[in-house]
Amino acid sequence: MGVLTWTRRGVLATGTALALSLGLPAAAQTPPGVLIVGQIAEPKALDPAAVTAVNDFRILMNVYDGLVRYKSGTLEVEPALATSWEISEDGTEYAFALREDVSFHDGSPFDAEAVVFNFERMLNEDHPFHDTGPFPLAFFFSSVASVEAVDELTVKFTLSEPYAPFLSNLAYPTGLIVSPAAVEQYGADFARNPSGTGAFTFAEWRSNEAVVVEANPDYWDGAPALQAVVFRPITDANTRTAEMLAGGIDMMVEVPPVALSEFRGDSFRIFEQAGPHVWFLILNAKEGPFADKKVRQAANYAINKEALVNDVLEGTAEVAAGPTPPAFAWAYNEALEPYPYDPEKAKALLAEAGAEGAELTFFVTEGGSGMLDPIAMGTAIQADLNAVGFDTRIETYEWNTFLGEVNPGLEGKADMAEMAWMTNDPDTLPFLALRSEAWPDKGGFNSGYYSNPEVDELLEKARVATDQDERATLYKQMQEIVQEDAPWVFVANWKQNAVTSDRVEGFELQPSFFLLLDEVTKN
Amino acid sequence: MGSYILKRLVSAIPVLLGITVIVFAIMALIPGDPATAILGSYATPENVEKLNRDLGLDKPAVQRYAIWLWNMVQGDFGRSFSLNRPVLDEVLDRFGATLVLAGTSFVLCSVVGVAAGVVSAARQYGAADRGITFAVLLGISIPSFFLGMMMILLFAVRLRWFPASGMWPIYGDRHLWVLLRHLTMPALALAVVATGVVARLARSAMLEVLRQDYIRTARAKGVPERGVIWRHALRAAMVSIIPVLGIQAGFVLSGAVYIEMVFQWPGVGRMLVDAILKRDILLVQGGVVFVAACYVLFNIVVDVAQSLLDPRIKT
Repeated sequence: MGVLTWTRRGVLATGTALALSLGLPAAAQTPPGVLIVGQIAEPKALDPAAVTAVNDFRILMNVYDGLVRYKSGTLEVEPALATSWEISEDGTEYAFALREDVSFHDGSPFDAEAVVFNFERMLNEDHPFHDTGPFPLAFFFSSVASVEAVDELTVKFTLSEPYAPFLSNLAYPTGLIVSPAAVEQYGADFARNPSGTGAFTFAEWRSNEAVVVEANPDYWDGAPALQAVVFRPITDANTRTAEMLAGGIDMMVEVPPVALSEFRGDSFRIFEQAGPHVWFLILNAKEGPFADKKVRQAANYAINKEALVNDVLEGTAEVAAGPTPPAFAWAYNEALEPYPYDPEKAKALLAEAGAEGAELTFFVTEGGSGMLDPIAMGTAIQADLNAVGFDTRIETYEWNTFLGEVNPGLEGKADMAEMAWMTNDPDTLPFLALRSEAWPDKGGFNSGYYSNPEVDELLEKARVATDQDERATLYKQMQEIVQEDAPWVFVANWKQNAVTSDRVEGFELQPSFFLLLDEVTKN
Repeated sequence: MGSYILKRLVSAIPVLLGITVIVFAIMALIPGDPATAILGSYATPENVEKLNRDLGLDKPAVQRYAIWLWNMVQGDFGRSFSLNRPVLDEVLDRFGATLVLAGTSFVLCSVVGVAAGVVSAARQYGAADRGITFAVLLGISIPSFFLGMMMILLFAVRLRWFPASGMWPIYGDRHLWVLLRHLTMPALALAVVATGVVARLARSAMLEVLRQDYIRTARAKGVPERGVIWRHALRAAMVSIIPVLGIQAGFVLSGAVYIEMVFQWPGVGRMLVDAILKRDILLVQGGVVFVAACYVLFNIVVDVAQSLLDPRIKT
């Protein structure tokens, strides 16, 4: 018996010692000068032409530069690898003067031939390195008819038709410039061995653990203050929050609304920034109750958007007034007021239209890019609609399935569907989702079959206008008409958020939702 | 013996073929396709069609299946489009991580579970028995992912004893010690339920044996109590405990999925969940086939071992 007791005590002692020695060296502080960022997923690739996710853009924007970029804090284009440009009268020729003495991280020079290589690789199926794709967003540049190197530092794009969003598409990650020498060297593995001209140089990619980038001391726009940045994929939002609280990461993005309160205090900083995002309900204007404009307006009055953004989304979004997010400051119509929450007016409109008790089928998704909290939002919307006399039935789908149901059009299936878009130009969303020419059978995203010739004309005109003020006037008119016609219920504009520890300085969130780290420091 | 092994290996081929057909059919039939998943809101029919062509998904299903199978037979599992690396590299990496986690948990639940069951049985209705029974009830009632989250909150966020997630530190050397620090919480969280089940079964198996006449004989002839319990009774009880351990091995391996999600462990379960959400067809198919092949192989090894140990199983 004595031996048993001793053994038991021994086991206990050994166990305690083991636990203590494993646990005691308290979780090490992250080193100064090295920023550890909690990302939401493993990147797909570090080849800007091959990726589509904001998550991947957050890394890429620090490794590569484009010919142009967004001015900090805005969505307006400014010079980057191109120092200036000239646009021909008819808006079909863009000549860029390139920055001198810029090299890729692999040492090869950046010049006009490199730019030509980049766009040929993406757009020309016969290019020897076209097979390093697929390039899913190449259609951003589908209007490019040819790219030529005029001389060493001048490159000319010829468009098949005038296309005003061209410049802001060049500022989008799909337009970032990669090193031709590195593509030639690595082929399909280039996406794991990236080389650009950006503020940070790629160091290593440990699958499912981290992507590490290091400061580029020769960066043309001034070497970054940080020594290195580590991007850690932490897919579970709760774990990401815990890791931030535990000090294992210095910065996290996409903080769940309910977790934000954990970070109110001196040791953390919370950042919020409204971006070019709009969350809306597509209404089926072709058939059923929403074919009547009054009923569509009634839905806009019936839904309590304030409650959605404040209670469901905990203040991480703002009420949307129309189809264009306010982040596009130059093109946003400030005069637009959101539809107020007015159930009585909604009831009156329904009575006028004779649509009391109308049955609605409502497609809701379980998640998805930019969809915020779609199930909770869908449920609240259903309650609001039923309160004014609709009879709403929800059908819920997993995101990919949902897109497969909604994108081909709602006809015969549903009266309304949730949707959200993040874009880089005020042209993109209305052009792809509100024109008569953008009905699903014509290859667009107008899944609710809205059609107004006036809107069509305004959008066509805005796309070919090269003067920004002229474009702005056209977009503002469009927003007024669309708000009145109510093809959608305009719900929310998402404010992206991020949290950093108090050791991080000089960080700002951008309206583009990109994560730019070249000015950030960490003590 | 050799012919028995050969027979078992040959009989595994139709099983594996069946698995390839099922997993291929599932991935072909579920709604949503990789091109839509990649393009997200930009998934126009035109873009989807072009991307499917680029991905080689425009060919008829039978042809795609044949190409996939033929490549796999030659050891080429294809390339994951969502991770942009060979499927087999990824699966091997991830499977290794899962084995480390599940293996540790399995050892933990076997040793602790059996020991707790034995002590519990030896002190039936004593304080130790009641304490252990209560702990076991608690253990099998707590969902492992919930326990994992609570452990992170307490030991990583509050006390900062252990890192909250991951398998290796972001900086510094990779040696056994840091692996153990990262492994402790997930392995414990994963082992708790299995430990409870093993302890319960070990207790009843022991009580059954302790009632036998030869135990009374052993005691009567003066064998010390420790010897009676650990040497005579436990050896006999192991016969009914070992099959349970086998089942728990499977349980721990599949339960690793949740734990891998909570602790961001880079294992194969998390890989498959991510791959399914992204409709990464080749990664899902390759991962499932690989894991299934391992199970089949494991079963053959167990059967062969059993036939070696137990002459009643005909070869």
